[in-house]
Amino acid sequence: MTRAATARAATAGDAAAREASALTVTDLTVTLPHPGGRVRVLDGVSFDVPPATTVGLIGESGSGKSMTAGALMGLLPEGATTTGGVVWRGTDLLTADAAHLRRVRGRQIAMVFQDPLAALNPTQRIGRQVGEIPRRDGLSRAEVRRRVIDLLDRAGIPEPERRMRAYPHEFSGGLRQRAVIAMALSGNPSLLLADEPTTALDVTVQARILALLRSVQRAEGLSMLLVSHDLRVVSHVAERVVVMYAGRVAEQGPAREVLRRPAHPYTRALVASVPAVRTRTALADPLPGAPATPAARPSGCPFHPRCPLARERCRTEVPAPRAVADGRRSACHFAEEVLGS
Amino acid sequence: MIRMVVKRLLIGVFVMWGAASLIFLIVRAAPGDPASVLLGPDADREQIRQLHATLGLDRPLHEQYVTYLGDVLRLDFGESHRLGRPAMDAVLERFPATLELTLTATTVAVVAGLLLGLLAGARPGGRTDRVVSAVTIALQSFPTFWVGIMGVLLFALTLRLLPSSGVGTPQHMVLPALTMALPFIAIVARLARSSVTETMREPYVVTARSKGLTEPQILLGHALRNSLVPVVTIVGLQMGALLGGAVIVENVFAWPGLGSLVVDAVANRDYAVVQGVTLLIAGAVTVLNLVADLLCAQLDPRIRMEAAA
Ligand SMILES: Nc1ncnc2c1ncn2[C@@H]1O[C@H](COP(=O)(O)OP(=O)(O)OP(=O)(O)O)[C@@H](O)[C@H]1O
Ligand code: SF4
Ligand SMILES: [Mg+2]
Repeated sequence: MTRAATARAATAGDAAAREASALTVTDLTVTLPHPGGRVRVLDGVSFDVPPATTVGLIGESGSGKSMTAGALMGLLPEGATTTGGVVWRGTDLLTADAAHLRRVRGRQIAMVFQDPLAALNPTQRIGRQVGEIPRRDGLSRAEVRRRVIDLLDRAGIPEPERRMRAYPHEFSGGLRQRAVIAMALSGNPSLLLADEPTTALDVTVQARILALLRSVQRAEGLSMLLVSHDLRVVSHVAERVVVMYAGRVAEQGPAREVLRRPAHPYTRALVASVPAVRTRTALADPLPGAPATPAARPSGCPFHPRCPLARERCRTEVPAPRAVADGRRSACHFAEEVLGS
Repeated sequence: MIRMVVKRLLIGVFVMWGAASLIFLIVRAAPGDPASVLLGPDADREQIRQLHATLGLDRPLHEQYVTYLGDVLRLDFGESHRLGRPAMDAVLERFPATLELTLTATTVAVVAGLLLGLLAGARPGGRTDRVVSAVTIALQSFPTFWVGIMGVLLFALTLRLLPSSGVGTPQHMVLPALTMALPFIAIVARLARSSVTETMREPYVVTARSKGLTEPQILLGHALRNSLVPVVTIVGLQMGALLGGAVIVENVFAWPGLGSLVVDAVANRDYAVVQGVTLLIAGAVTVLNLVADLLCAQLDPRIRMEAAA
């Protein structure tokens, strides 16, 4: 079989593959070198991304969201060590060899990056970058061109025949993010990892890009891990949420329930800090104190210095994540109390 | 783009005026007198005075300067009294040999330097990187004339593999070109290495990894071109320095280029030839820098945009 034929066969098999595609993250721990010893920037992170589902990953700046997304694909800064499991289609990606990882990257799991201007190569035309995977998969020039035009069109870029010849700096922020999305879709992935895909954009463009991601995810039956520090973004798009604090998962579960009735004081504080989510309060309550960083993680429950419910036990005993309701987990000693109030 | 070229050329004119003026002053400030050199030690005062008048050297300095600049503007570079012919004719006759040597040395330096720099920069801190870094430091710390003399001693006199001097066969080119290229290789390699290492840390390289590219594919497909801009700029500058530095190497290897011509001209106070060589090299440097800028603009569309703005 030629490489092009293999590529087409792979496309045909995608629908079936997507059915079986769930990502299972178990006890993911990442350490990075740091002056004065290694730091666990991720500590025992576990969650699933079920097929055809959008999972929101939220938390304040520095909580480890980007590290999590990067660790799933083996794209971490130099010097990082990773333990735990990231199982995708029966293989643990953390222990898979380089060739296997390369087959997964772009073609099964693709990234949408936060800063589209930085993520695009400044010296290559948009079309070349969007068409890179098809080109390397052996499609002919004409086929690649058709595919690029189709991808740009699906990403909502007008006049794709003309725009594919532009360089990244000639695009607006919104167009660049659309180009990055088109590039992420170019290898027919089953799972998209979108790291703050709208942070660099102004509000109206943000809404359009989110709508685009949502419609693409629905239309193609993709799974998506949507990283954001913005609760409003996640509440619009995600079916499930994972809330991170200081490199650990504070709480996770179905998005509506978690946001409406948090089982962790940190989630509750996050929700209260956003006026649009809590319509009953006229004013938002900003989160008190500064977020804990993985480098200076407080003892016991890392949230205890800022937690209104903190007791003696919280200072000494690390709360293990546990099931607190149907499909919901919380890492708070007093989750039931929080849920009930 | 045209604006950039025009701007560059205007700067070039300015540079050449500066070079012309400086060399005009330097040759006249240096001790020695063309007339006494031409006439020999037995000439009497009257003969020297007459020759000064013929050469225009009896006129005040500023008058000579104005005449000289006017002549240069009319592309009249004066007569070489020693050679008895227009100075620029003699200069242009020697220029191809120097150019050939410089271009060969540059080609060798760029190819070898880029290769070493890429290999080292692909895995910073790796074994190749450490070896390349040791080699480049060594290459840069030996003076050119010493390398040249050692090359002659080893390859020409001891091993008898290569001719020690002169022209004629490609083998004649090897020692002088390598002598010029070695430190240049080190410059290109070090710059290419740091440029590639830096580029490999760019977010778009992570993007390329996320697309499942292999490291060599990323290096050649994404990092190389983007790392070349600083290299091209330095090669442009360095070639100018090489043209100037050719004087030493050409004299070590008896290479019939501008080097021996200019040494001879200086020794004999042949002002017109010294000035002609200086102007030619200044002109070549201007052109080289322009070419380097155009190449950079070709490599990086953002530079094109800036040039157009
Ligand atoms: N290259 C690095 N070397 C060392 N530590 C790092 C590096 N990059 C990030 N960190 C640390 O790892 C922790 C997690 O960072 P990460 O980028 O995952 O946070 P984030 O949740 O994505 O935040 P943001 O919302 O600001 O993007 C932070 O405390 C940060 O200081
Ligand atoms: S464990 Fe204690 S400190 Fe931590 S969130 Fe629960 S109540 Fe607050
Ligand atoms: Mg981040």
